[in-house]
Amino acid sequence: MNLDYSDTEQAFQAEVRAFLAENLPNDLVAKTSSGRELTKEDIERWHAILNARGWLAATWPEEYGGTGWTVVERHIFAEECALAGAPRLLSFGLAMLGPVLIRYGTDEQKAEYLPRILDGRDWWCQGFSEPGAGSDLASLKTRAERDGDHYVINGQKTWTTLGQHANRIFCLVRTSQTAKPQEGISFVLVDLDTPGIEMRPIRLIDGSHEVNEVFFTDVRVPVANIVGAENEGWTVAKYLLTHERTNIAGVGFSARDLDRYHQMATDVRRDGVSLAEHPLYAAQAVELEADLEALRVANLRALARTRDSAASGIDSSLMKIRGTQVRQGILSLYRSALGHAAAPDAESLSDNQIALPPEATRAAPVYFNNRKLSIYGGSNEIQRNIVAKTLFRD
Amino acid sequence: MNFERSEDHAMLADMFGRFLQETSTPERRNDTAWTAPFFDQTAWSEMVKLGILGAFVSEDLGGLGGSAEDVSVVFEEIGRALSTDPYLGTLMGLRLLAESGETDLVKQIMAGARRPAFAVFEPEISQDLSLIGTVADEDGKLTGRKSSVYGAPGADLLLIAARNDQGLGLYLIEDVTSVQVLAAPMQDGGGIADLLLEGTQARPLKAASEERIEDVLDLGRIALCAEAVGAMDALVSMTTDYLKQRKQFGRNIASFQALQHRIVDMTMWVEQARSITIRAVASYGTGDQRRHTSMAKNLIGRAAELCAEEAIQLHGGIGMTWEYPGAHYAKRLIMLDHQLGGRHDHAMRLIAMKKENAA
Ligand SMILES: Cc1cc2nc3c(=O)[nH]c(=O)nc-3n(C[C@H](O)[C@H](O)[C@H](O)COP(=O)(O)OP(=O)(O)OC[C@H]3O[C@@H](n4cnc5c(N)ncnc54)[C@H](O)[C@@H]3O)c2cc1C
Repeated sequence: MNLDYSDTEQAFQAEVRAFLAENLPNDLVAKTSSGRELTKEDIERWHAILNARGWLAATWPEEYGGTGWTVVERHIFAEECALAGAPRLLSFGLAMLGPVLIRYGTDEQKAEYLPRILDGRDWWCQGFSEPGAGSDLASLKTRAERDGDHYVINGQKTWTTLGQHANRIFCLVRTSQTAKPQEGISFVLVDLDTPGIEMRPIRLIDGSHEVNEVFFTDVRVPVANIVGAENEGWTVAKYLLTHERTNIAGVGFSARDLDRYHQMATDVRRDGVSLAEHPLYAAQAVELEADLEALRVANLRALARTRDSAASGIDSSLMKIRGTQVRQGILSLYRSALGHAAAPDAESLSDNQIALPPEATRAAPVYFNNRKLSIYGGSNEIQRNIVAKTLFRD
Repeated sequence: MNFERSEDHAMLADMFGRFLQETSTPERRNDTAWTAPFFDQTAWSEMVKLGILGAFVSEDLGGLGGSAEDVSVVFEEIGRALSTDPYLGTLMGLRLLAESGETDLVKQIMAGARRPAFAVFEPEISQDLSLIGTVADEDGKLTGRKSSVYGAPGADLLLIAARNDQGLGLYLIEDVTSVQVLAAPMQDGGGIADLLLEGTQARPLKAASEERIEDVLDLGRIALCAEAVGAMDALVSMTTDYLKQRKQFGRNIASFQALQHRIVDMTMWVEQARSITIRAVASYGTGDQRRHTSMAKNLIGRAAELCAEEAIQLHGGIGMTWEYPGAHYAKRLIMLDHQLGGRHDHAMRLIAMKKENAA
């Protein structure tokens, strides 16, 4: 048994660390470490820095401008970036559409879209969910009807993350009414400038504008924009949803947030005790450290199974459930430990002068926002269904 | 043994509940709860006319009784309707003024002519009164910084706990323009402020002692527990209703047993929360007051968190939105644990009481 990375992996880790120390802008670190929202420009700037180094598309093969990294290298990269406080990469183009095009796209589609993802000309968003189709995605109703060289799309998508920054959306649409709902779905690429598309913001519980509703009225999309065969979009979508597994546990983000907690707990005093020495908070913090250490090793074990190509179907579901529980636990402790200092919504007043530790202002909003972790990407209940189905299969 | 509400309490709850249903709507909250002075002034005046504040005051001062039970009946409705108006600060201020024999001020408050807020905690002090750093000199001039003053924005009577050479004193500032009030909304709406006192002139009040201040804080804690019970009860009903109407996979998601069990657990916790609150209400003013109040605040902190997080989860994406009222109930239930001591603060207080008893 050996938990260490190989010599080449360790050398890679050192290279990543050196790169981050040199190239990760301090102002972006300051934003992520205080839980503030990143602007479109922030995310684009970080993408450009990584792209210049050839490290933007971790999961793509080298011939398409990707890194060609092994699963272990991808894991090391993701963890080091998170620990250093790097912004989260935008997954829609890089981790979702890119791999889909590489697997199912035509040569024209690959040549057209992959470079535009890398150099930032395209910002993609994901149009899967609908008001009536969440966990039961296959029940989606948005229709695409053939009219000559075009599809005409009518319907509504919702929960479209960062759609307000996007110029393109990939959608699942119904191209045929079949007995089995999965069989009549197609995967289509849509330019958001096309007439008939309206995007409306949805305000989240923490006040943020992160998701949107997208309405389609007689939107004409060239037939060439379909990815994979007509009516085979479900296969494409399933590939997309199960493709990127290495980072599903979010170990790096949890580790970063726990570091932030320790720092805050050392700095903040309440009722005469430093939070770091408060027996109840300290007990919770060390338990979360144990949880995180177990998660880290479990994640590496799952990774090793993937590398040795005996990947178990339940690994990623279990990692998703536990990873979100640990992260939500850390953010809950962070909020809770701040006590009365977490109550004022100090941010909403520009001239606010309430005396708060600087860490306190975002503690509650960040906690509330991250309740999403156990809902999206296949809710934790749906993940449990997947695991149970496997465990109880006769 | 009798857990029935008296006829008077049932009528009070019914009347106030109906009033709040009309006035504490999501639209009005959106318009008022996050913008100075962070409450609905029109609704507040109407509420005063209905005589609700009488529930906080004894009969000899013109109130309806002012027992912990009276207070809890009112606050349960506040929680059920998710009102963010400044009831908590008004309750604590009224009690301290009444105990100080400030009959005129009490009557003015009940008539809606004035509104008090109570400043006790400080940036780094949220529980331990012995650590309060704001000082009063012998002329009644106050110096220090107060934090977490609920309902202070727009209040026109400020009660201040400050240290003098006898111990902890209580002071009244009637000219609020002499104080710098640094106001903000709370995360879940409603006003909160820091107060900057720089030799600010104040008048000493009679109800000055750590004991009496702690008693009023305990009443505030019980009020918050009752508010949580009302909010939890409403949220569990909303969640149950949602599961019955939301369809996925061709059926109501309420048909999934995994989800039914979660509702069962929430329901169980609401009953436990209600029961411990009843315990604390009944013990108010007895030797068990401190212990039972802290038990209640601790248990409510846990139960409220569970109900809030489960409600969001079981709603799926909808539960994450500002537009959905249930999300605001969840938010209130979480943020309640950040007022007058959270579950861990009260666990520590209980541990300290055990040590004291053993000694
Ligand atoms: C912040 C955020 C960002 C998102 N971003 C995107 C995006 O960019 N693009 C996109 O397409 N979608 C996005 N989504 C949508 C997300 O994928 C859905 O919210 C998710 O699939 C759940 O669907 P739902 O919200 O309709 O909940 P529902 O499916 O209605 O679920 C409600 C509850 O029932 C449970 N449940 C449902 N079915 C079962 C079952 N069979 N057994 C047990 N329990 C069950 C769920 O777990 C949940 O607790 C986002 C969501 C959020 C909150």
